Amino acid sequence: MAVGTDHADKLQAYAHPERLVTTAWLAEHLDDPGLVVAESDEDVLLYETGHIPGAVKIDWHTDLNDDVARDYIDGEGFAQMMRSKGITRDTTIVFYGDKFNWWAAYALWVSTLFDHPDARLLDGGRQKWIEEGRPMTTEIPERPPVDYPVVDRDDTRIRAFRDQVLAHIKEQRQLVDVRSPGEYSGELLHMPDYPQEGALRGGHIPGAVNVPWVTAANEDGTFKAADELRKIYLEGQGLSGEDDIIAYCRIGERSSHTWFVLTHLLGLEHVRNYDGSWVEWGNAVRVPIERPGRPIRPSV
Amino acid sequence: MLPGKLQEVVDEFADLDRELRVEALLDYSRMVPPLPPHINADALERVHECQTPFFVAVEVGEDEVVALHFDAPPEAPTTRGFAGILSVGLSGARAGDILATPEDFYTRMGLADAISPLRLRGMSAILARVKRQIRAQLAAH
Repeated sequence: MAVGTDHADKLQAYAHPERLVTTAWLAEHLDDPGLVVAESDEDVLLYETGHIPGAVKIDWHTDLNDDVARDYIDGEGFAQMMRSKGITRDTTIVFYGDKFNWWAAYALWVSTLFDHPDARLLDGGRQKWIEEGRPMTTEIPERPPVDYPVVDRDDTRIRAFRDQVLAHIKEQRQLVDVRSPGEYSGELLHMPDYPQEGALRGGHIPGAVNVPWVTAANEDGTFKAADELRKIYLEGQGLSGEDDIIAYCRIGERSSHTWFVLTHLLGLEHVRNYDGSWVEWGNAVRVPIERPGRPIRPSV
Repeated sequence: MLPGKLQEVVDEFADLDRELRVEALLDYSRMVPPLPPHINADALERVHECQTPFFVAVEVGEDEVVALHFDAPPEAPTTRGFAGILSVGLSGARAGDILATPEDFYTRMGLADAISPLRLRGMSAILARVKRQIRAQLAAH
């Protein structure tokens, strides 16, 4: 059964308003048949401490990633995961999570690799839902297993790999580094206050502009209004729908947030997320790195 | 052999399957005692390797018996779970025994199939801070 969209004014100014719902809308539609709320968090225990009633948990680490190769699950794995969560191909999934929806956006992006038709984000995520005093529960929903078809993962449209990024640099196409300024400059090898995650070199991919993911967010966890986003990315950075754009961060979660903004809120059609990101690039042998005040080495 | 109750805690986790391990970690996240009044913010050291604000303070008392104090926000249950494990496992142990605890003691607990390896490193980082504070206090005695 098709679930209606949220007609809140703020959303209508976005390119694809049907990809976002407000907390008020979700509160009214929690019991809609055909809708499943899915929580994806950085802290893997957070769901167990309390979640939106009826929400299932999708763990970015154990549910979405292959447990041997550094890659996502395949079509069979994705189908099994969705079946076990009670999600069919017709289900409307509303993703939400902690940390400004980083992992929720990441889970939505992974579901897009399998072309799940109706995947939306909760504007403001877990933070806003809780701040508004909306109901939470520790009860784990029992969703009967359902059928979900095996759909091959399509890595060509919204995912970029290292060799493609190398070609992208040579062709001087648009790259957006969404990490903090300190990570971009190479001063930091990790997010401020986060663990060192094993990158051997600091800096950024040559030619990348730095637009930290948080530029797109309000303090309450919601996305900035459409006109503000247009100012930042379209006017400020000159990005357009004609451009072939690659976004990256350190492992692809913060850049999923920006991918969502560029693709669904601004309607840019050719945006890919480089999920290998800095943890791959900063360790790869002989890939070019740019640091302020230094020549690019090795030269491009 | 690990000191204090830590060996028991490690064995307890090792015997569980993945889902129960996650539940057990959640239980331990609730076992972090509130900070006692005499520990103020200045006495707390931040552990930067943890992905959320996390603080630790150590007191080496008479007979080198160690008291551990941890503080982490409720929205960081995984990190609180690490604190609970160390609190239950090592509080009341002797300084020398804690110093002899290998920093990868948690490997056998099997948490790696539920928690990303980068996150798990937070546990080592906390133990490293605890040891450093113990060494500093022993040197000052």
